[in-house]
Amino acid sequence: MKFSGRVWKFGDHIDTDVIIPARYLTTSDPKELGRHCMEDADPDFVKKINRGDIIVAGRNFGSGSSREHAPIALKAAGISCIIAESFARIFYRNAFNMGLPIFESSKGARQIKAGDQLRVDADTGIIEDRTQKKRFQAEPIPLFMRELIKDGGLVVHLKKRQGNRPKTKEKRKN
Amino acid sequence: MSQTITEKILAAHSGRKKVYPGQLIEAKVDLTLANDVTAPLAIDVFYQAGGKKVFNRHKVVMVPDHFVPNKDIAAAEQCRLMRRFAREQKLPHFFELGEMGIEHALLPEKGLVLPGDLVIGADSHTCTYGALGAFATGLGSTDLGAAMITGRTWFKVPETIKLIYRGKRRPWVSGKDLILHTIGDLGVDGARYQALEFCGSAMTALPMSDRFTMANMAIEAGAKNGIYEPDETTTAYVRERSAKPGKIFRSDPDAAYKEVREYDLSKIEPQVAFPHLPENARPISKVGKISIDQAVIGSCTNGRLEDLRIAAQVLKGRAIAKSVRLIVIPATPWIYQQAMAEGLLEIFLKAGGIVSPPTCGPCLGGHMGILAKGERAIATTNRNFVGRMGHLGSEVYLASPAITAASSVLGLIGPVEALPKLKKK
Repeated sequence: MKFSGRVWKFGDHIDTDVIIPARYLTTSDPKELGRHCMEDADPDFVKKINRGDIIVAGRNFGSGSSREHAPIALKAAGISCIIAESFARIFYRNAFNMGLPIFESSKGARQIKAGDQLRVDADTGIIEDRTQKKRFQAEPIPLFMRELIKDGGLVVHLKKRQGNRPKTKEKRKN
Repeated sequence: MSQTITEKILAAHSGRKKVYPGQLIEAKVDLTLANDVTAPLAIDVFYQAGGKKVFNRHKVVMVPDHFVPNKDIAAAEQCRLMRRFAREQKLPHFFELGEMGIEHALLPEKGLVLPGDLVIGADSHTCTYGALGAFATGLGSTDLGAAMITGRTWFKVPETIKLIYRGKRRPWVSGKDLILHTIGDLGVDGARYQALEFCGSAMTALPMSDRFTMANMAIEAGAKNGIYEPDETTTAYVRERSAKPGKIFRSDPDAAYKEVREYDLSKIEPQVAFPHLPENARPISKVGKISIDQAVIGSCTNGRLEDLRIAAQVLKGRAIAKSVRLIVIPATPWIYQQAMAEGLLEIFLKAGGIVSPPTCGPCLGGHMGILAKGERAIATTNRNFVGRMGHLGSEVYLASPAITAASSVLGLIGPVEALPKLKKK
C-alpha cells in the first residue's frame, strides 16, 4: 500500500468540528460530508485538493467529538492519508475502522511543507518527501491495526471473522 | 499485582487477573450507547457486518438528543431510522421525546450504569459515567455497531494520571471550575490516550453532580476515561436508582501511575475557558471586561438539577441584562419536573430567560440558540472550538452555572460577588 500526493498543512488541535461541522451531521452520506470537509478551516479546501492528496498536521489531530463523519468526510473528499505529530484517540480508532491510513511522525509533521509531493509506504511507515528529498520514519502501525486496514476496515474484518470466532480470540497470557 | 481502578475493570472484563498499560485486549461490554448523530451509522454497520440481533437488547441504549426535538427533515429521518431499529430489536432502552434527555444525564438517572461497568458510547462524552466508578469511553459508530453484534470491543489499556485535590472549595467554585483548571494545567492533549483518576479529600467531599461534570470533561484533556473510586456518595446515588449495586473496584495503594498532580483548592477561583480551546482557562479575577450576547445553562456537563439550583440561587430576584439572551436547558424530563416543582423554572423566566426542552441543542451548534457572526456566549457546556455554537466568527466562553448566571445579569463575564446586593423585602 503506497500513497502519493500533494501536501496540505494544518496546525495543532484540528478538531472534528473543523473537519466536519456539526451543522452537517444530519446526514451520514459520504458524498455530502466530503463536500464540506475542512470547510471551517478553509472554505475552498475541497475545491483545491486532488484525489490522493495528503494532510500533514501538528498535535492532537481529530480532537473533540467521536463523530465518525470526520474520517468519512476526509476519505470522501479524496484525502489518501494523514500525517500528524499526534492524533486524538477516538479519531485514531475511527480512522482505522474507516480504512483511512494515518501516520504519526513528529519530524515529518514539522519539516514537511505545504505543497510538497509525498510518497508514503503504509507497510514500512516510510514517508518520502520528494520535493525536499527527505525521508521520515513514521511510528509503525501495530499489527492488530494493520489487519484492520488490510481487511478494508472493521466491517469487512468482522464479516471475515464471523463463523470462526474461536480462532480469532487472543491467546490469554495470564 | 498492584493495579489502578481502570486496569482492574478492564482486566475483569477481559477475563484476566491483570492488564498492563499498552496491552491490547478484547473486553466484554456492559452497555453500548448511541445518539441521533451516531446511531444511524452504527445501525448501517450492524447490518453491513451481517448483524441480525443485538447481543443483548437490555444492554443496547439509544437516545436521540442532539437535534431533538427534530430540528429539520434530515434530523427527523435520522430519528426515524433509530426508532425503526429500536422497535425491530425490541430495545427497552430507547428514549423518545417525553422520556428522552441528554444521554449522559439520562443514563445515570435511570440507573443504567453501575459501578464497575464497562460502557462504550458513540459519543465522546461517554466518559461521564466514570463518576460512578465505571470504565466508560467514547468511540466511533463502527466500533459501536460491531459491539452491538458481539458485545465486545478492543482496547489499548491506558496509563493513568492521578489527580489529587485537597482543601476546601472557595465560594461559588464547582466541579466545573476544578475541571477547567485541571484542563488548563494538563492541556487539551495532556492526557491523550490516558486515564484520569480523580482522588483526594476534596473529591470525596464532592456531590455526584460535580463528579459527573468533572468526569464528563476528561475527554477535553484528550483522556480515554476519567474515573472516581466509588464511595458512600456513589453507592447512595446508585441505591436510589437501581436494584443492583454494581461492583466496587478501587486502586491499590501502590498502583503505578504515569504521573501524579496535586491541586490545592484554596488557590482555585471560579474559572472561565476562553475561545477556542477548553485549556484556555483563566481565574475569574483575570477575565477582564468581556460583554456577552447569550448565556447557556445546560448540556451533559452542567444541565443537572444541582446546576439549575445554583443558577436559580444566583438569579432569584434578579433580572438578566437587556443585551443578553439566557437559555436554560434542563437535561432530562425528570430534572425539568423537579426544577418546576422547586420553582426554579419560574425564577429563570422571571429573570428574563427562557427554558428549553431537554436537548444538546446549542452546545454543538445544532439548534435552539445559534450564534451570529461576532456574537459571544458564556456557556456551561464543554467545548469552545471555532464555530462550535454557530458562526465561525462567534465565540464561546466556558464556565460554571454560577458564573454563567451571574454574567447573564451583569451583561459581562463576571463573578457572583459583582452582582448588586438584593434589597431585603
